[in-house]
Formats: sequence, C-alpha cells, structure tokens
Amino acid sequence: MAKIIVVTSGKGGVGKTTTSASISTGLARRGFKTVVIDFDVGLRNLDLIMNCERRVVYDFVNVIQGEASLNQALIKDKRVETLYILPASQTREKEALTQEGVEKVLNELAETFDYIVCDSPAGIEHGAQMALYYADEAIVVTNPEVSSVRDSDRILGILQSKSRRSEMGLDPVKEHLLLTRYNPDRVDRGEMLSVGDVEEILAIPLLGVIPESQIVLNASNQGLPVILEDDSDAGQAYEDAVGRLLGEEREHRFLTAAKKGFFSRMFKG
Amino acid sequence: MSFFDYFKSKKKNTANVAKERLQIIVAHERGMRDQPDYLPQLQQELIAVIRKYVQIDDDMVQVELDRNDDCSVLELNVTLPEHQQ
Repeated sequence: MAKIIVVTSGKGGVGKTTTSASISTGLARRGFKTVVIDFDVGLRNLDLIMNCERRVVYDFVNVIQGEASLNQALIKDKRVETLYILPASQTREKEALTQEGVEKVLNELAETFDYIVCDSPAGIEHGAQMALYYADEAIVVTNPEVSSVRDSDRILGILQSKSRRSEMGLDPVKEHLLLTRYNPDRVDRGEMLSVGDVEEILAIPLLGVIPESQIVLNASNQGLPVILEDDSDAGQAYEDAVGRLLGEEREHRFLTAAKKGFFSRMFKG
Repeated sequence: MSFFDYFKSKKKNTANVAKERLQIIVAHERGMRDQPDYLPQLQQELIAVIRKYVQIDDDMVQVELDRNDDCSVLELNVTLPEHQQ
C-alpha cells in the first residue's frame, strides 16, 4: 500500500520544492520505489531542482486528460535507481487538476510505488487543496518567521477540515513540522523564533530542523537534491528527517550556534 | 557585537515579540476556523433587521457559536449607541 505524503506550507519560498526533492530522494535511496509529483501547474520548478528540466515531454495534466500514459510522463531519475518525477504542466490552468483526475493518477501510481510525494504549490487555493486532499501524511515546511508560522497554522486547519481523511472521518492526516532556514546564531541573539517557540505555537511533532546554509543554493543551482550533499549540515539534517519519517529515533542536530572564541566575540560577533 | 557594544545594554529581544504576536493571532484564527460557514451571513442579516429600528454600525453586532459536547450556544452581542430616545 503506497503512502501519500504532501509537502505543503501555505507561504511561498519557504523550501517546499527543496524539501520534496530531498525527502523523495532520501526515501528512494533507501530502496523504496518513490515518485515525486509537482502540483504547481503553471509554475513548474521541481524539474529544475531535480535536474530533469530538459527531459520533460509529457506532464501530470497530460496524464489526467488522457493525452499520455503514466509511463510516458514519468521521468526516471539518473542518480537514484528507484526515483521517478512527474512534472507539472507549464501551460495549463490550475483547474486542469480535477479531483477525479488526481485520484485516478494516484491510484494508478499506488499500484507500483511505495511512496508518493506531492509537492504543493504555495497558497491555499485549488492547486494546494488538490495536493493535500489525498494525503496520508503532511510535511508542513515552516521558516522561523511570523508570516510563515501563521500560514502554516492556516494550512493545518485545511488539512484537518478539507482533506479526504477528514471528510471521510478516517484517521487524521499525520502532521510533521519541518523547520527550514534555521539560524541558531540569530536565535541565540533573540532575533529569530526558536524551534521550541514554533513547536509551541503550531503544536505538531517536529520532523526536523534544516539549518540555513549556502549549500542549499549551491545544490539547487546544479539541480542536485541537497540530501545528496552528504557532507553538508543541511544534507545530513534532511537525511535525519527521512529517518524520522520512517519511524527511526534520531537526535536533532544543528540546533546550537558554533562556539566562538573570546576574541571573535569581542571584536566581530 | 563590537568591543563597545559589549558593554551596552542588551538589544530588544524581537523573537519574543514575534512569539507573543503569533500566539494571539493564531489563537484568534483557530477560533474563527471552527465557526460554521453561515455565521457571517447570519451576522449581516441580523444587522439589517436591527437597523430597521436602531442605527448601528457593522461592528456593533457580534455573533459567536460555542460548541460543547452536548449543546451549542449561539451568542449574540449587540452594542446600542449611547444616546437613544
């Protein structure tokens, strides 16, 4: 039975696509047959982050409308054996994603895949609602910043009232908080909400904390999911998050600022 | 922090301000979220009825629904203008 995971946030630019790329790569790297779907119709970007933008022939909407088969539209990742990408359409309207159409595609994928990762568009409109509707679990990507936290709470409300699980009275969607662009130095200086603050406000279990890192931009420049940068803090933090998603106990890392010597504290800070 | 800043009083902790503001707005919005869809229209129609008799502003009528396990209470709060004949 395939598990459907939506990566969502409400607010744009917090790291949904970066997270979708890394989580799906991490799951596939452990041998799970994984597909990651771009739900951002009209603003497709997952293909760039996954470095397959020049291999897109057919897309999600083509499959929904019967213009292509799933096998024609799925792009096989060149780095990880069991990973596939289903790109969004760049030319259609968001309304092309119908509930029945999405269900049909997800059902067909569920026959052969272990994990289906849905990369949601920003906002709370149709596209975002379609991405989360069939989810079993949700990764809510949040930055330690007021507008992102508020929007995350809003999306949690939608998960609890407008998902298939809520409408059908099933067990609720399992919610996970993923805090990204975390800067422990600024937290120490009282300039940034801490992990504890955000956990207290949103009141959902913490999946991971991704430190703010230059590696993330470097990786996206090259179309490399950051989790494959095994030596980097952000890559390792994503790897930990994948472990926790699979039920492993992992201690949270990268939450404290690097210790500074006496001189650097006195003269630079 | 430079050498001299080190001795100055501490900067304002803006993270705490952010946390307090978020706690308030999130609690408020969660309260609104659980309200049924018909409440805003109910509120508008109540305002229209009351206006037939008393001149009031939109924000002078508040409608809230409290749901408990076994009963729901619809609370209607109308503030009348101070000098009424």
